[in-house]
Amino acid sequence: MSNNNLEARHLTFEVFRFNPMDPESKPHMQRFEIEETQYMSLFIALNQIRETLDPSLQFDFACRSAICGSCAMMVNGRPMLGCRTQTSDLPDVIRLHPLPVFKLIGDLSVDTGTWFREMVESTEAWVHAQQAFDPHAEEDRMDDQIAQQIYESDRCIECGCCIASCGVANVKAEFFGPAGLNRIARFAMDPRDTRTDPEWFDLVSNEHGVFGCIGMMACHDICPKELPLLEVYAYLRRKALSAALSSKNSD
Amino acid sequence: MTSKLVTTDVLVIGGGLAGERCAIEAAAAGLDVLVLSVVPPRRSHSCAAQGGMQASLGNCVKAEGDNPTVHFLDTVRGSDWGADQEVAQIFAEEAPVAVRELAHFGVPWTRVRAGKNRYFIKGEQVEIEEKAENDGLITHRDFGGTAKWRACYAAAGTGHAVLYAVDSEAVRLGVTVRDRTEAVALVHDSGRCWGAVARCLRTGEHTAVLAKATVITTGGYGRIYGQYTTNATINEGSGAVIALDTGVVPLGNMEAVQFHPTALSPSGILITEGCRGDGGYLLDKNLDRFMVEAEPEKQELASRDVVSRHMARRMRDGLGIETKYGPHLWLDIRHLGEEHLTTKLREVFDICRDFAGLNPAHELIPVRPTQHYSMGGVRVNKDGQAYNMAGLFAAGESACWDMHGFNRLGGNSLAETIVAGRIVGRNVARFAARASLDVDTQVALRAIERAESRASAWLERSGSGPTVYELRDEMAETMIADVGIFRTGDELEAGVARLRELLADCDRAVLRSKAPGMNPELSFALRLKGMLKLALVTAMGALARTESRGAHYRTDHPQRDDANWLSRTLVRWPDGASEPVFSYEPVGILDLPPGHRGYGRADQVAMAESIESYNQRVDAEQRQHGRLDTEESPGSRIRWGAWAEEQ
Repeated sequence: MSNNNLEARHLTFEVFRFNPMDPESKPHMQRFEIEETQYMSLFIALNQIRETLDPSLQFDFACRSAICGSCAMMVNGRPMLGCRTQTSDLPDVIRLHPLPVFKLIGDLSVDTGTWFREMVESTEAWVHAQQAFDPHAEEDRMDDQIAQQIYESDRCIECGCCIASCGVANVKAEFFGPAGLNRIARFAMDPRDTRTDPEWFDLVSNEHGVFGCIGMMACHDICPKELPLLEVYAYLRRKALSAALSSKNSD
Repeated sequence: MTSKLVTTDVLVIGGGLAGERCAIEAAAAGLDVLVLSVVPPRRSHSCAAQGGMQASLGNCVKAEGDNPTVHFLDTVRGSDWGADQEVAQIFAEEAPVAVRELAHFGVPWTRVRAGKNRYFIKGEQVEIEEKAENDGLITHRDFGGTAKWRACYAAAGTGHAVLYAVDSEAVRLGVTVRDRTEAVALVHDSGRCWGAVARCLRTGEHTAVLAKATVITTGGYGRIYGQYTTNATINEGSGAVIALDTGVVPLGNMEAVQFHPTALSPSGILITEGCRGDGGYLLDKNLDRFMVEAEPEKQELASRDVVSRHMARRMRDGLGIETKYGPHLWLDIRHLGEEHLTTKLREVFDICRDFAGLNPAHELIPVRPTQHYSMGGVRVNKDGQAYNMAGLFAAGESACWDMHGFNRLGGNSLAETIVAGRIVGRNVARFAARASLDVDTQVALRAIERAESRASAWLERSGSGPTVYELRDEMAETMIADVGIFRTGDELEAGVARLRELLADCDRAVLRSKAPGMNPELSFALRLKGMLKLALVTAMGALARTESRGAHYRTDHPQRDDANWLSRTLVRWPDGASEPVFSYEPVGILDLPPGHRGYGRADQVAMAESIESYNQRVDAEQRQHGRLDTEESPGSRIRWGAWAEEQ
């Protein structure tokens, strides 16, 4: 990248402000003006705004390398990870809102932790193993291809972008949402998980599960980790169907 | 009890891998466990570990003959003999079990594929036939400073995969987590810890969690180097700070700070050692692969301290690529091919694309050494019990257990979180099961009051003092300039003087925001003084240590000095004192005699006494420094001379 031919732009940030802990605070948009610098991400820009213009501004960053999932926010109407969004890819005016669906903590900060913990509990997103761990035994073997498939789904960082973009999750609190369905698929394809087809069927084959999805697929387009959500839903629908058919046959 | 007091059996401070693995152990023993975490546990910095977790399963061809003894040897050599060798032994023995247990929890470890596999080794592409009998077992990749391929991995997202599996297990066991909550002080009385004062990062309110046993698992203190670190913004050393604030608990080896050779320049984002393990090269501005000449035996895979120093020298000699953000070198992984880069190094591929706008299959990656890991931390005995404070434990990066000594090997930290989490968690559970919670609640209420008045003092202070962010930036510039990869007495003295000034300035710094609630400026201000104290003891420890060992490199004292410095630095900050107090203890019982590491300099000063005489004084001297009794006697786990067969 060349250092010379960058013309410094003047950026205008319009940022949603509301501090629920402050009785005086009312939701509003606040405008900040800063000069763009090279390699400026929203992580750098927002910290600069907080440190030089308004120290009360709330937002969340941790790893700043797109792996911890802390910093999802609405950027010009689209959910994105703030840390890996470069201002050079954005217009001169950048409007930032907190993610919808999640409870607001303040300004751009939302409570994704509680939402995802509840999702993990309601989908029982852990390996349901038959046997206790035997510290003296060799590990169970697994085909590397299957390990890679599981890893592919396991890469979800629970940033909440898909939940924010989901038409159903926005209106129906019980819906598992794209991240929840992906989490179910991740365990359904794991040979170590002993849940049976009828159990998977009960979990996903209802309006909270994969049949609650109305197919707008914004989740697939916006996922920062590029998870193949389209394939995930197809996999879950197939799994539900085969479970339904096999239970019918055994009746 | 008032609503400001909460009770539990076990309090875990920090929701990363070490903390959650401790929590699992205690919960599985039937105890009530409460985890405090500044972020939801899955957002802890453990998630950013990329390349692997060391465990000597020996499953692939290049790992044949590996065993815990070889792992022990590599770890002690890597530590430049600064490690506690018994702890390194315990660690190496339990790492394979820990990795297999993680498979049981659901980690999708990369597996052996029988048949022909193509690898890059020392610049050559080789084909190796993996055995049919090992098909489907957990496989390994190469990492720096190891005799065998040992790092178990899930692409370059190992930390993420492990953290999600461990957190799932914690949820399954019903572990209670309070996220967005920060421990700001320990509750303690007469050498007994009874929990912590917690500040809610949603509301700014303080409560106390009273516990029979308390574990610090808050990770490292890389953020004392400001932006010059690969660490997350949350790695501010808060666990070390609250331990230091007790006045009696010592921190160990704070000057032992690791610089990772390959952080992306200029953002400082980590690029895993797995890149070099899988065959990547380091190049200077003339595209010269300088590590081949510098370290003929290990090349790019010498230990991190050694590789970082060669890189820093290269840049100092004008062979780096100059930019307005300072010089960098190149990491070349183009020859590994796009398929390898988008599968086994997928996260690296994404980081290069997202943060540098480049495709590593076709372009070189700009890298430079950057602060990465804190070998130092809360000094604990082999059970994880802190010195001088019954009922307080520590594990993982926040602890100085001390298996890393003065340099940690890549992949050994992720392994430590789980191994120490298991072992320390077991000891915490045993301690809590035997204890009763007979704490004087007035002690807790007074601790809450102190924390509240500290916050209100910040809010009430006005004037024309510096901002907290100005002080933070000054601290960072001082640390990187004076307490970096190369250290000298003159620079360290200047650094110590500057940090003392900054610490004094902290008392007249002013907030510009008085916003009610968590107030991000106040939240940072409450951490700043502790961070400055950590920075100061790190610099003072480095100034006092007139030798070079592992990552601590003094250009004015370039030799390792086993006659005078085969010791661990301990530092306490007595209550009300204006200065910390330093002392030194033996590193632990020696089994493997100090010698050449096999890379780096080989001209160390030999011990002046015999190993027998050194070993004889370990127990008494460590006790004098506050080491509490262990379940088993000191040295019980050493396998005397087992290493001789693996030399």
